[in-house]
Amino acid sequence: MKEVKEVRSEKWEVRNGEVEKLLTIHFSLSSLLAPERRLNMSKSFFVDTTLCTACRGCQVACKQWHDLPAEKTVNRGTYENPPDLSFNTYKIVRMREEVIDGKLKWLFFPEQCRHCIEPPCRDTAGDPKAIYKDEATGAVIFTEKTRELAAEDIIQSCPYNIPRKGPDGALAKCDMCLDRVQAGLLPACVKTCPTGTMNFGDRNQMLDLAKSRLASVKTKFPQAQLIDAEDVEVICLVAYAPAKYHENAVASNSVEHMTRQLALRKMFRPLANIASAIG
Amino acid sequence: MTNHWIDIRNSDCILIMGSNAAENHPISFKYVSQAMENGAKLISVDPRFTRTSSRADIYAALRSGTDIAFLGGMIKYIFDNDLYNKEYVAGYTNAPFLVNKDFKFEDGVFSGYDAKTRKYDKSKWAFQMDEKGVPKMDRSLKDSRCVINLLKDHFSRYDTKMVSQITGTPEKDLLEVYKTYTATGATGKAGTIMYAMGWTQHTVGTQNIRAMAIIQQLLGNMGVAGGGVNALRGESNVQGSTDHCLLWHIWPGYLKTPRASNDSLAAYNEKWTPKTSDPLSANWWGNYPKYSVSLLKSFFGEKAAKENEFGYNWLPRVDDGRAYSWLDLFDAMYKDEIKGFFAWGQNPACSGSNAGKNREAMKKLDWMVNVNLFDNETGSFWKGPGMNPAEIKTEVFMLPACVSVEKEGSITNSGRWMQWRYQGPKPKGNSKADGDIITELGNKLKDIYKADGKFPEPIRNLKWDYVTDGVYDPHKVAKEINGYFLKDVTVKGKDFKKGTLVPSFAYLLDDGSTSSGNWLYCHSYTEKGNMSARRGQKDAPNNIGLYPEFAWCWPVNRRIIYNRASVDPKGQPWDKDHWVIRWNGEKWEGDVPDGGWPPMVGADGKPNPKTKHPFIMRKHGHAQIFGPGRADGPFPEHYEPLECPLEKNYMNPMRVNPVAPIYDTDADAYASCDPKFPYVATTYRVVEHWQTGLMTRPQEWLMELQPQMFVEMSEELAKLKGIKNGERVNVSSARGKVECSAVVTKRFKPFKMGDITVHQVGLPWHYGWRWPESGKEESANLLTPPTGDPNTRIPETKAFMVNVAKK
Repeated sequence: MKEVKEVRSEKWEVRNGEVEKLLTIHFSLSSLLAPERRLNMSKSFFVDTTLCTACRGCQVACKQWHDLPAEKTVNRGTYENPPDLSFNTYKIVRMREEVIDGKLKWLFFPEQCRHCIEPPCRDTAGDPKAIYKDEATGAVIFTEKTRELAAEDIIQSCPYNIPRKGPDGALAKCDMCLDRVQAGLLPACVKTCPTGTMNFGDRNQMLDLAKSRLASVKTKFPQAQLIDAEDVEVICLVAYAPAKYHENAVASNSVEHMTRQLALRKMFRPLANIASAIG
Repeated sequence: MTNHWIDIRNSDCILIMGSNAAENHPISFKYVSQAMENGAKLISVDPRFTRTSSRADIYAALRSGTDIAFLGGMIKYIFDNDLYNKEYVAGYTNAPFLVNKDFKFEDGVFSGYDAKTRKYDKSKWAFQMDEKGVPKMDRSLKDSRCVINLLKDHFSRYDTKMVSQITGTPEKDLLEVYKTYTATGATGKAGTIMYAMGWTQHTVGTQNIRAMAIIQQLLGNMGVAGGGVNALRGESNVQGSTDHCLLWHIWPGYLKTPRASNDSLAAYNEKWTPKTSDPLSANWWGNYPKYSVSLLKSFFGEKAAKENEFGYNWLPRVDDGRAYSWLDLFDAMYKDEIKGFFAWGQNPACSGSNAGKNREAMKKLDWMVNVNLFDNETGSFWKGPGMNPAEIKTEVFMLPACVSVEKEGSITNSGRWMQWRYQGPKPKGNSKADGDIITELGNKLKDIYKADGKFPEPIRNLKWDYVTDGVYDPHKVAKEINGYFLKDVTVKGKDFKKGTLVPSFAYLLDDGSTSSGNWLYCHSYTEKGNMSARRGQKDAPNNIGLYPEFAWCWPVNRRIIYNRASVDPKGQPWDKDHWVIRWNGEKWEGDVPDGGWPPMVGADGKPNPKTKHPFIMRKHGHAQIFGPGRADGPFPEHYEPLECPLEKNYMNPMRVNPVAPIYDTDADAYASCDPKFPYVATTYRVVEHWQTGLMTRPQEWLMELQPQMFVEMSEELAKLKGIKNGERVNVSSARGKVECSAVVTKRFKPFKMGDITVHQVGLPWHYGWRWPESGKEESANLLTPPTGDPNTRIPETKAFMVNVAKK
């Protein structure tokens, strides 16, 4: 319950009473469940972009925790910087100026690995020593062994165009701050967020929070939606069509990148899952 | 802030104008979000669509420097639609006061203006007094000389068409803002204003805030939860430094710096102690001599005695009528009148308006001591752009200071909370805490003056005993600020022992038996301990987020000041859900009340002779809709900035604030309506950088986010000038030129003002030539103008004229 407690104290205090109530009910229910069941519950982010002010504290906190070097950038005529994700940049707040219904909107979208429930990058790699899913948290983890993979295949398999190749061929991306999470801490980006945009906790809680927030922002933003909530551990709430935020905000439906190898693996996965569940 | 950060969550409507809180006070958005989740509306008014605007329900653009026109239109809207809170206004503000016949506004000036000296004779703005010396009032508000009727008349010119022509804001946007914000005039509703340098840094800065204060009074928003007039301070301890007399014109606790004509302590106290003949006015400043004498006792200890006027004559006085503020200091330095300069925790080569003049001025110095975390553009001015080190005689000393987390002490935040902070890591290298540096400096001066020196008494007699085991002790300073009883005394029926800490300023005395380094902080460090180090998490019974046991707040831990205006005359809260204080028949509950006197009216509905008017810091006990103390008029009036795009002020025949300071050296050029500088410009901060960037420009992760000096402009202006997004351009003013990356954005739009189109651009002021290494990212303050507000002398960096050209 340690992590749960921190989530509540750090982030959830900004929520209204209704959500608090929901949470309390959820906690009492979850405490009735068998302990092993709770252990297996994965972690999720809930990213509420309707609260984001693009302060980019998350972007810097990510670099700081992972001790990643700064990139040499120039002002390209926008605040958005660095220009793209890279081997040394796991998170970027995307900023878009859009006129919607005759009014200017400045849309902010903190882009990072979505930690897919069924990650195509892992399936494409087919090597758990290079890419694996940490079952306790749901974090999709890249190791230094990724340098032995066909990097372009992995990158192309990602529906959100996230992984980036380093100088030695290894791949890098957001790791959910697995070391922090395993120590009962919040991911660095969540810890630093002042507005309540970045949230983190057990998947069920985050889904409940996401649904509750969606319902409450619908009155103000009728087009609001959760992006790919069933498929990813990073559940984003957006006020307008996801494509307005960023071209990769929503999963690409294209299957052209799916290799034969991946297609085969996908077919057999249900069996493998059952095996691991029994094991 | 009259209120405090957490209290923003109690608001029904948040106006963010003259600040970009999401950008520059990111944590404040936690409370803004909470308010919005409870249904509050957020309004953003800014020349540029900002990160704050991105979250707002309503955004309205206005041309920089036209806030009084915008707000004046709101005042007129309140009268036109009869939206003001009559009971509040008639009972608690000076709206019913009758003003003398002498007062008028004509030809763009108030009565009493002397064009030769560019000053007002404020005696022309006096109230009518009855035979007892109490202002005459008409609580029915019918008399034509009532403040409220003069106000209504004054702003009758501010119709939306006229306002729109000046501000460039479409009339429908004005009306949407007016309608939404003034809805908080309803009893039980609260509107708040979050403002910062976007309002203060103008030739009409003080009057911008006066205009909003008038609106807040008309709507009954002062003293209530979720209301108030809230200045967002730009640095964690700006409030503390103001309270403790960083500014030239005040002593600690907002006591006055003596003028040359205050030639004795008695004359000084007589001059600055306000007097009232109204038995219902608490006139708290009537206690002035207790605070001034206690301060002198704190400065000079046992050397301060009644016979030597407690050392009053050892302290410097300023010449009557002369200003000594930032602009004036650098003007004097430029004129070779200042030989030595401590630049302590500041970077005037980048931070000061018209910074090029500051850099030139520093050449005239014999010596400069730069106390800072790192070397900066100020300490290294002699090798900066355009300087020839061989020709510069100034000797520069660098004293490395440690960073705030490396030392123990307090900060006072925007919400007036004094918060004690423990030392984190130890200072690095040979850097030292400011307290250690000042202690050593004082010791050295005392050594030197022991032997000899002109007028040695102030130094020799200075009490200087704030060390423990040879090291600066912040607790000793904090206790000194609170104050001690210096002998066994009985005050208000209570006995106190010599050497004990004074429990609150109500017990300070004017006979030398108490000390207090700042009367406002008397109550912060008492025999109960260091109140500012408290971290209690319990809320007050009203449950509105006061958290009275967390840290400590001046005055006397009152979290919302003017809170006696949050209740009706019977002492019952206007807003029952978010009550601040309430009278339970015997005493007040909730926040610490603004004075413990009973409500205005008893339970029987009869006036209570034991009560006091609620605005206890004002001489007459009423909030000031009419403000006769200001240098530039008792009501706000729209004037154009010193540099503006218009040949004339549409509102009145006087274009610029007639008492705005003007400087006349060759470095003080300005250009209004000059085709060479056709675009309005403003400066601001970005979330990624801090002040002049000394702490952020060497930080690679932050430079990655905002690597270069930039200028933001509309797509329309970029097209007009053939400028491509991201390309380097030159921005120039009458004073200098700065190279910038062009950020072409939809977030700036040209202003349509009647038949005229005016373009505006904006620049951050975080850069300087020392870093990054290219030396090309320079300070926006090389462009900003040599003038400021006549009351505060804060410079007018938020509205001036520039040109933008391709390189």
